[in-house]
Amino acid sequence: MSSMFPVKVQGAEVRKRGKTLVGPVDLELQGEGVSIVIGPNGSGKTSLLKMLHGIVRLREGSVTWSCPREEAQHCQGFVFQTPVMLRRTVLENLTYPLRLLKVPRAEARDQAAQWATRIGLGDAAERQATVLSGGERQKLALARALIRQPELLFLDEPCASLDGRAIREIEDILQAVAQDGTRIIMSTHDMGQARRLANEVIFMLHGKVHEFSPAEVFFSKAATPQARAFLNGDIVE
Amino acid sequence: MSELWQGITQAVWLLITFDADLYEITLRSLQVTFTALLIACLIALPLAALLAVRRFRYRRATIAVLNALMGLPPVVVGLVVYVFLSRAGPFGVFGLLFTPTAMIIAQVIIIVPLIASIAHQSLRELWAEYHDLLISLNTTQLQRIATLLWDARRALLTAALAGFGRGIGEVGAIMIVGGNIDHATRVLTTAIALETGKGDFALALALGFILIALAIAVNLMIHWLSRTETEGRW
Repeated sequence: MSSMFPVKVQGAEVRKRGKTLVGPVDLELQGEGVSIVIGPNGSGKTSLLKMLHGIVRLREGSVTWSCPREEAQHCQGFVFQTPVMLRRTVLENLTYPLRLLKVPRAEARDQAAQWATRIGLGDAAERQATVLSGGERQKLALARALIRQPELLFLDEPCASLDGRAIREIEDILQAVAQDGTRIIMSTHDMGQARRLANEVIFMLHGKVHEFSPAEVFFSKAATPQARAFLNGDIVE
Repeated sequence: MSELWQGITQAVWLLITFDADLYEITLRSLQVTFTALLIACLIALPLAALLAVRRFRYRRATIAVLNALMGLPPVVVGLVVYVFLSRAGPFGVFGLLFTPTAMIIAQVIIIVPLIASIAHQSLRELWAEYHDLLISLNTTQLQRIATLLWDARRALLTAALAGFGRGIGEVGAIMIVGGNIDHATRVLTTAIALETGKGDFALALALGFILIALAIAVNLMIHWLSRTETEGRW
């Protein structure tokens, strides 16, 4: 089990310009497996991930890791829905997080080259990252997050608007790192993907955790009518 | 019209005959402007990055003042620097008035706000793009500034070139603090002003054409060296 877990979220709330984006949330997450965050648009999935990761400030409540917050944040990675590419080459995007950790240049380049090959961008290593396709960018963002070997990886709809092949490549990488012990918390709109990857499901509605249960329980016997309606593809308001 | 033609032919003649005076004042122009540009960039670029990444009280007011200072009247800057560097002024003891150093100081004051404002626009946009990623990677403020400055280097080059353009064409301030002394502080712009005053329009125009050619050549050379237009580069 990871040293930063369990993480306890108590009455946590995030607001922006007077509007509550998420919360109050009470949640306790353990250090194994893949948690999938689902819910309709605007239900607070992204805000929940950002809140846990500490990118957004809490207005109320707390997120308490089992180690100091600074230490916990150092062991985390985040992949955004729209991948942010540094205006550098593919290789430089991959060496960047390592150089921040003062990894020697040669060692950082070796690791970066290995990751570039692993994600199928070995031949594009010296290309500018900003000219890559959507799928390539997302794979690069994922590799950049994973190169620091995080104990916990957040992914905010990483496969949104990607084609089937790119989705499968990303899922393969995620399953491999999850098997190696990386804890994954990921939001998605894709129910098929949620079924394939999830060990537990967090169903968000109106900025709150509406349902939190093991994946097999959630998908076979969701507890609330809203979750059942969502699974049936109905519009949930 | 004939003076324009005379100006062009005289410019070419001065160049091909390696006119010693021309090369001396051209080199001095470049030396003063490049030194001022270097110092101004060292001040303006980190300042612009800091204004982009750091939130503090009166930040907006600081940016507004910086933007307003882009329009600083050079003559006023020259006068203020003159007062500070004159014998009776607080820095009179250094004896800098009517030296290239005084001209550099005046140019730095004029171009710092210009470079900082243009750079801030680019860095602000880049920071909006990078914000979540750099926070997520636990970067320090210094690392954020360094990352922004490096990744926006081509946009910052444009800011620096704008500063160069303003500096090399500056006449009011450097005339006051430099004094346009032959073989000491005379540069292309002050020489043009002098020749115009003497009524030698052809020579003034010739120097003007050389100044324009010089500014264009420096711009092209920097663009070429930094490969700004190379395909696939940002």
